[in-house]
Amino acid sequence: MSSVSTLSGDARLLFEGSEWDFDTLRRVYDAIEEIALGELGLDVYPNQIEVITSEQMLDAYASIGLPLMYRHWSFGKRFAREEVLYRRGLQGLAYEIVINSSPCISYIMEENSMAMQTLVVAHAAFGHNHFFKNNYLFRQWTDATGILDYLTFARDFVARAEEQHGVVEVERVLDAAHALMNHGVHRYARRPKLNLEEERRREEDRRRYFEQNYDDIWRTALIGEPETPEDEQRSEKERAEVRRKLGLPEENILYFLEKQAPRLKPWQRELVRIARHISQYFYPQKQSRMMNEGCATFVHYEIAERLHERGLINDGAFLEIMHSHTSVIFQPDYDDPRYNGLNPYALGFAMMRDVKRICVEPTAEDREWFPEIAGNGDPYGTLRQAWANYRDESFVLQYLSPHLIRQFRLFRVFDDSEADAMVVDAIHDERGYREIRQALARHFDLARHEPDIQIRDVDLAGDRCLVLSHAVHNGVELDETGTHAVLEHLSYLWSYGIRLEEIDAKSDRVIKTHEVPAQKHG
Amino acid sequence: MNIIDRRPNPKGKSLANRQRFIDRARGEVRDALADALKRRKLGESVGGEKVSIPTRGITEPTLRPARRGGQREYVVPGNRKFVVGDRIERPQSGDGGARGNASPEDGDEQDAFEFVLSKDEFLDLFFEDLELPDLIKTQLKETEATQLTRAGFSMAGVPSALNVVRTMRNSLARRISLHRPTPSEIEALERQVETARAADDEEGAAQGLHDLALAQKRARRVAYIDPVDVRYNRFERVPKPNTQAVMFCLMDVSGSMTEAMKDLAKRFFLLLHVFLTRRYKHVDIVFIRHTSNAQEVDEDTFFHSRETGGTIVSTALEEMMRVVRARYGPDNWNIYAAQASDGDNYTEDSDRCSQLLGSEILPVTQYFAYIEVGAEATLRHGFPSPPTDLWRTYSQIAEQHANFAMRKVADPTQIFPVFHELFAKQREQA
Repeated sequence: MSSVSTLSGDARLLFEGSEWDFDTLRRVYDAIEEIALGELGLDVYPNQIEVITSEQMLDAYASIGLPLMYRHWSFGKRFAREEVLYRRGLQGLAYEIVINSSPCISYIMEENSMAMQTLVVAHAAFGHNHFFKNNYLFRQWTDATGILDYLTFARDFVARAEEQHGVVEVERVLDAAHALMNHGVHRYARRPKLNLEEERRREEDRRRYFEQNYDDIWRTALIGEPETPEDEQRSEKERAEVRRKLGLPEENILYFLEKQAPRLKPWQRELVRIARHISQYFYPQKQSRMMNEGCATFVHYEIAERLHERGLINDGAFLEIMHSHTSVIFQPDYDDPRYNGLNPYALGFAMMRDVKRICVEPTAEDREWFPEIAGNGDPYGTLRQAWANYRDESFVLQYLSPHLIRQFRLFRVFDDSEADAMVVDAIHDERGYREIRQALARHFDLARHEPDIQIRDVDLAGDRCLVLSHAVHNGVELDETGTHAVLEHLSYLWSYGIRLEEIDAKSDRVIKTHEVPAQKHG
Repeated sequence: MNIIDRRPNPKGKSLANRQRFIDRARGEVRDALADALKRRKLGESVGGEKVSIPTRGITEPTLRPARRGGQREYVVPGNRKFVVGDRIERPQSGDGGARGNASPEDGDEQDAFEFVLSKDEFLDLFFEDLELPDLIKTQLKETEATQLTRAGFSMAGVPSALNVVRTMRNSLARRISLHRPTPSEIEALERQVETARAADDEEGAAQGLHDLALAQKRARRVAYIDPVDVRYNRFERVPKPNTQAVMFCLMDVSGSMTEAMKDLAKRFFLLLHVFLTRRYKHVDIVFIRHTSNAQEVDEDTFFHSRETGGTIVSTALEEMMRVVRARYGPDNWNIYAAQASDGDNYTEDSDRCSQLLGSEILPVTQYFAYIEVGAEATLRHGFPSPPTDLWRTYSQIAEQHANFAMRKVADPTQIFPVFHELFAKQREQA
């Protein structure tokens, strides 16, 4: 960098000072685009950048980051809480929100300085955008071109339902569906892409299908108490048949309710479906947050460095960007009062940088651990490939290097509630690397945070009680109060009683049973 | 690439959701407000209120793993001293080292939910279900106060009330039905005559002239606007119920009132003041304070200045009647009064008060509320103190008059409930 670039009035500078305007924004965007597409080889959806005020940012927060959303009190609650935190200065607002849609919409705040806008455009409009467009989870599970249409459909549908059936009724169903949202995703099957026309047609089909099959299942289901052994055998066979017809066992609770709940009205079914779709839309984001933020942070860092090297931004702007960059990737130690888990930005960014280092200047250790990429001299290609084909869990399992484990000084603690103290069982040494890597990957595995719950059976011979099971791994049971409340919601949608059995995954022994009687249907 | 300026978009996209949230938590919010009122210092302006409500009722439950029990593992950064096999005390209250790793969302387990109500939200909730009783004077419903109200149209009226639209509509209908030739039709006939003349078509010209004369005659006969077309706006005088109101605030500031009692009384009036200014645009408020003599004061003096002296309650009542006679004739005004006192009075004065209230004040007031402050504070040795002079006197009045209510207030926590009782909608007549 020549000293000339620090002088004011340098012709190459894209901007000076902190004020921004639309022309500057456009100029900066073009400069960033050149680097992002040309040098980093990113591949992005068309960008749409929207400038909003802090108040609008709070609004966007409240509707879980989506540009339009149906009405529900819980969004109001979220707004109220964010507002308190923000006004008290406990929490700054995010500088941007970016939406996985095509065109990719990035919200940026008018309060940001020009340097911050530069950072934000690089981070959101290129980093996140590239990840959304290329990561296999997003490609498989979400349809970027259809989401805005679908949200419009959802919002209008909810509004219409409220007009027809009253806000209270609609809220009752949405409350219940929200409580089960985490259990409203297909984890494995490939979901067909959404589009609005298809949606309507499917709603039609579903109703017709349901009318044809509904009676059948419920009629054949009325099986008397078995009297003779043959009867019992037959009834067991019939029960198996019923389970098959109902598609049990099923882990997507919302899906099951939408298809099979006996007493839901069509509009209630559609509400359940809307909650399920939104949940499914967010499912990839939950599984790839660390990578997604890592990718975006890495991209803005690389771009800011290049802009500065070429004298396109001055030292002041670069320092401002770096200041905010370092506070974003700050990782306090476990015994720091500010510690609140691993910072996904910090870990993600560090891992991306580390992959680049391994590609460009590998050590002997790296060559041993990552023979396929060490020293290949193509950091961006390697990263693009990683961004496309991994999620947090598999990315850690594949790319967490001993170097990084040492850098973060990671260690593993084992906590058995039977024992009187926790035990450190792996640290950043030769014996611990693999242990820590696997444990960290498990930490990012969503399936391990969310209880493993399935709908197992419906007692059609008796009171139509829905039977669920929770596979208890490592002795971690369900939280008592929350579970009871959720089961009440579930029972409202199902219209009959609910039984949830907690079954130890190893011994198949029922540890605990939660039961909720049929809820009165309003 | 598109850059869109969304700043001019309508604000408050979340307002509807926020309203729903507050509605949902209404019960909790109301309780929290009553609670907040206790802490509020006198003289603090009524503004946005931070409320903290229990999460019950607004929780969004999820199925999640219990926070304790079973075998768990955590991966944490920042090891400086541990080697494999080291034992670590389990952090108490789950707030120590390994927290946060267990759940990605950090549990979200708050006992109370805190947020800020805007001033409007605060006051709306606060005064919900409250109103001034009998705002419309029953005996005065047929007073001369009237209002002009539109009442259709009439055939006769003053020119200023002419309804042009109606008039022209009638005129047009009449002209069409009576075949009045339009100016363009007459012009066409004139042109026809001229062309016939120019073509030396004598017969045609004569025919044309005949038609033209006929049309002109018709146009003269059928008037453009006829008196039968004309319509006037009609107004009727509708008697208007009387909703002018005045509230008298009477407060004892004598020496027997301790600072605590005065504070209580002031809190009550402050609440009343906010209530009235919020809910009724046209309510006058008169502040009267008294010791052994009474004077009308302004709001600021009433709430903030100190004075001390003996007690003669009737002076305040007399002052009130003086003001009523001077400025607020009962014929035109709804009169309300609220009085706060510790119940102490110059013994000989009680009869005077009773007589003033019974024969002069209550007949002309809509509602008279009396609160006695600090009454419970005198409770000694577990025996209820005997009722004060004023309480005894007023008790008799309360029996005879439905528009008189009395309550005791001993500490700030009771202010809101008492206020609520006194001004609750559909107040049961005592």
